Amino acid sequence: MLPVIGIVTALLLIWEGSKLLFGISDQRLPHLGDIVATMFTRTQGGNGPLLLVQMLINAWATLRIAMGGFFIGGLLGFGLALLFMRMPILERGLMPYVIGSQTVPILAIAPMVVVSLGRMGAEPWIAKIFVAAYLTFFPVTIGMLRGLRSASPQSLDLMRSYAASSLQTFWKLRLPASLPYLFASLKIAASASVIGAIVAELPSGSSEGIGVMILNAAQFYNSRPPALYLAILVAGLIGVVFYGLVALAERLIVKR
Amino acid sequence: MDTPIIEFERVSKIYQGGAGPVTALHDVTLRIAAGEFIALIGPSGCGKSTLMRLIGDLEQPSNGTVRIKAKTPDQARRDRDYGIVFQSPVLYDWRTIRKNVELPLEIMGRPKEQRHQRAMELLKLVGLGDFGEAYPHQLSGGMQQRASIARALSFAPSILLMDEPFGALDEITRERLQLELLSIWWEAEPRPTVIFVTHSIPEAVFLADRVVVMSPRPGRVQRVVEVNLARPRAFETREDPQFFALVTEVRECLRATETAG
Repeated sequence: MLPVIGIVTALLLIWEGSKLLFGISDQRLPHLGDIVATMFTRTQGGNGPLLLVQMLINAWATLRIAMGGFFIGGLLGFGLALLFMRMPILERGLMPYVIGSQTVPILAIAPMVVVSLGRMGAEPWIAKIFVAAYLTFFPVTIGMLRGLRSASPQSLDLMRSYAASSLQTFWKLRLPASLPYLFASLKIAASASVIGAIVAELPSGSSEGIGVMILNAAQFYNSRPPALYLAILVAGLIGVVFYGLVALAERLIVKR
Repeated sequence: MDTPIIEFERVSKIYQGGAGPVTALHDVTLRIAAGEFIALIGPSGCGKSTLMRLIGDLEQPSNGTVRIKAKTPDQARRDRDYGIVFQSPVLYDWRTIRKNVELPLEIMGRPKEQRHQRAMELLKLVGLGDFGEAYPHQLSGGMQQRASIARALSFAPSILLMDEPFGALDEITRERLQLELLSIWWEAEPRPTVIFVTHSIPEAVFLADRVVVMSPRPGRVQRVVEVNLARPRAFETREDPQFFALVTEVRECLRATETAG
């Protein structure tokens, strides 16, 4: 806990110190106190819930989308890794496209997905989950493939000497040996899926999600700068929470 | 000799490497009787590990035939005739020591009760009775290697293949484990045939009934030295003049391979 407090204190000092030192205006960089204060202002002209509550409700909407995309993208990545392991020819053939898919900026792809899926009559959340899954499957594919190949030649020799079936070799050796790699890639995927969910909220004209909050706050930035900072902080918080959940799952599952 | 358990008939192994074919093993003919303790010794590149791997069906010969209990090595492997111990313990680090020892039994579909009981029995035998629930990283190198021996013995294979199992251990641990291995092997019923690959001349002489001296480029059997030291062997065996004489004989033999090559 001490390091966390230390870092937070240091950040506070740097934030407020640079305002003081370089004379940065409240318009460009609001006081931290103002950001905290804006959490407790009422929305909808004083009749709605607290801004913080509204932010958290929207954050939850985004986290749900991210989790859905993470789950689907994770399964896809897992499946691709299995496929590539069993058929290296497919890996050589498909991998360039998989890599290419990740090199195209998600900002360019997300509106296409949202618009075309929308035209096909799909619910908006489907497009959002699609974009989140799109960012998730790649790290999982790469990490899982590496993990499935991480069993040492000698540990495979042992399985061979027990006349183990390839299914037994998978369950008792390849899969458990891959878990550390899998979880490393799932942690990357967790934060990537949040980015995917947020980016997909931007062009979809959606009514909920932290991406919507960021857009709104950006529109009204001139009149209320702290709100945008708050929205960004909350967006970061989603990633931290999701990462934490994956790390917790790892601690429960990977015993060694 | 009775019907041999392991039979090599003019066996060669050629690897197709990037720089052309490499003959790892050339024209090896060898017969090993059931229950024998055989040491394979020779400099690096003499094919002793390849010879062991050919027995265990981890490699296939390029020429000649290998017969195990009058079967193909592949059939023998399917019949679970081989227990293997490598230089590194190769324990699965997500399993406890007991679960590691149970692994072969699990794969062979033995019931849980029986697995558990057998694993504990073997862990006691190798002096790890209190460490069943520990994870591999919590044990020293010597203890890990003991666990790996227990795992290889768990399903009572008729042939034990050991590829420099004590090579990474310190001299003191090594000598103790040699004694323990001998007593486990001696008392096992039925007694397994052991193929023990080593770099160490005293180790080969101390353990084996016969020492197969091999020479490199191409790997082949130079000579087979009979070790007529009384069994069961003990700590004092290493101080026996006959032991020294045999060590010298093997050493001379190895030196001859150098001058020849």
